[in-house]
Amino acid sequence: MKKLISGWTLIKLYTILVYVWMFAPIVAVVILAFNPQQFGTFPMEGFSFKWFVKLSQNSTILDAFKNSLVLGSLTAVFATAIGVPAALAFIRYEFKGKEFLNTMLIAPIMIPEVILGVALLLFIRWLQQPKSFALLLIGHVVLTLPYVLLIVQARLVGIKREYEEAALSLGASPFQTFREITFPLLAPAIFAGMLFAFTISFDDVTATLFWATAQNQTVPVQIFSMLRTSISPEINALGAVMILLTVSIPLAAGYVARRFARGNTP
Amino acid sequence: MKEKPWKPWLLLSPSLTAVFLLLIVPVCFVVVYSFWLRAPSGMDIPAFQFGNYAKFFADSFYPVILLNTIRVALETVFICLIMGYIPAYFFYRTESRLKPFLMILVMLPFWISFIIRTLSWINILGDSGLINHLLLKYGMITTPLPMLYNEGAVIMGLIQYLLPFMILNIYVSLDGIDKSLTEAAQSLGCTEWQAFREVTLPLSLPGVSAGCLLVFVLTCGTYLPPMILGGPNNEMIANLIFKRVIGTLDWPFGSAISVILLLLLVIIVYTYNRYMGINQIFKSLSKG
Repeated sequence: MKKLISGWTLIKLYTILVYVWMFAPIVAVVILAFNPQQFGTFPMEGFSFKWFVKLSQNSTILDAFKNSLVLGSLTAVFATAIGVPAALAFIRYEFKGKEFLNTMLIAPIMIPEVILGVALLLFIRWLQQPKSFALLLIGHVVLTLPYVLLIVQARLVGIKREYEEAALSLGASPFQTFREITFPLLAPAIFAGMLFAFTISFDDVTATLFWATAQNQTVPVQIFSMLRTSISPEINALGAVMILLTVSIPLAAGYVARRFARGNTP
Repeated sequence: MKEKPWKPWLLLSPSLTAVFLLLIVPVCFVVVYSFWLRAPSGMDIPAFQFGNYAKFFADSFYPVILLNTIRVALETVFICLIMGYIPAYFFYRTESRLKPFLMILVMLPFWISFIIRTLSWINILGDSGLINHLLLKYGMITTPLPMLYNEGAVIMGLIQYLLPFMILNIYVSLDGIDKSLTEAAQSLGCTEWQAFREVTLPLSLPGVSAGCLLVFVLTCGTYLPPMILGGPNNEMIANLIFKRVIGTLDWPFGSAISVILLLLLVIIVYTYNRYMGINQIFKSLSKG
């Protein structure tokens, strides 16, 4: 029995080490963002918000931020608008070729982004269209659609069909049923899908590098071009802001969703 | 209840149209384009010839990059497996109240910007990064160890990105195992280790293989880690495609390299699907 416990302790220790390894670089970025030194490296000499102030005056970054927010939001709206009906079809209906179509819609997750980037750009070039914001948006919708499908389908499985049937048999019209029953039950799934699409779009670099123009830079693409010159402490500050933003949004959303769910169930 | 047979198709049509027009057609275009001839100026010339492929295999330069990509992918898979199995097992067995919190922490990196996570390794491995800073400070070395811009650094960045996928895949598989099976094995006289080796480990293999496939495929298409953390010799196939297409505007050759990469992945995924079934991966991904 003694030996068994020590084995479990080793497993715990190992897990802790993996966590440390995973988070050390991220923590380092946040800490170094406050280092007032000219080079964003150790040792820390003092503590200041200097680089955050400098960042807030950098109009290129601010523009990129605005672009990223708009792009992410639009991507989220469009990807869920076409993804949710598809998820409904897969979960609620039986039809020929269902398995195959489901795999076909989700499989793009496995296609390298570089190839998606080349493919769409080549297609646009053949159509003799210039790169534009629309291309970026279309690309991001295609990129995020499989994830939206996966997330929404996983949530939909948990919603019982009987609720809708009960409403219909009690005399509600199909539209009323959708408005009063299906949609409120579906809302958390839609919300989760949108959030996921937003984050993926906000984060994406590889494919975006192919599609973005000088006017349509996103934050990650901007960071990428900043990296080419040197690693300035401004990047650490920007990294800290991004980490805070992308981590706090899902956490806050999770909290809101839980409150929301609690409000809905008696 | 009677269903209208066209209804699911109506619901599906926007997604199907989008994926068909914006993904399948463009990818077919890449295949077609890979046979074209490059024009010195203007539009490329439609043709059907294998010159672009011949160029790839003409000397060892390009094939070496392809082999490098495969080697790095295998190394990443192996290290992810070693680093990921034990934490996944920990989640499966632990009864700690902290478990949901720890699970969220594993998934947290999914939400953190990929480029930030990649470049964060510069702060750790660089000449004036954390490790060299500490080693210098305590007099263990006199000059900084060169830890950045090599294959090791690239793999570090890749693991940072892919480890959560591996842990989740293994965990989902482990979580489906009835714990009473191990208890039964132990009550029949197995030691803890024997019960793990004979019962738990074999039953977790679907998750292990799904994780390995996902990590391998995602590594093969990776662009950023070799770009940011690697040196000139650590280029991978995706970097090559980017350089040819965006750098030298050689669309036909860039397309041919894309097709080669795609073929490699299709063969691997197809083989996997034959023996294991691809749905295991989607099952785990939807938990993420």
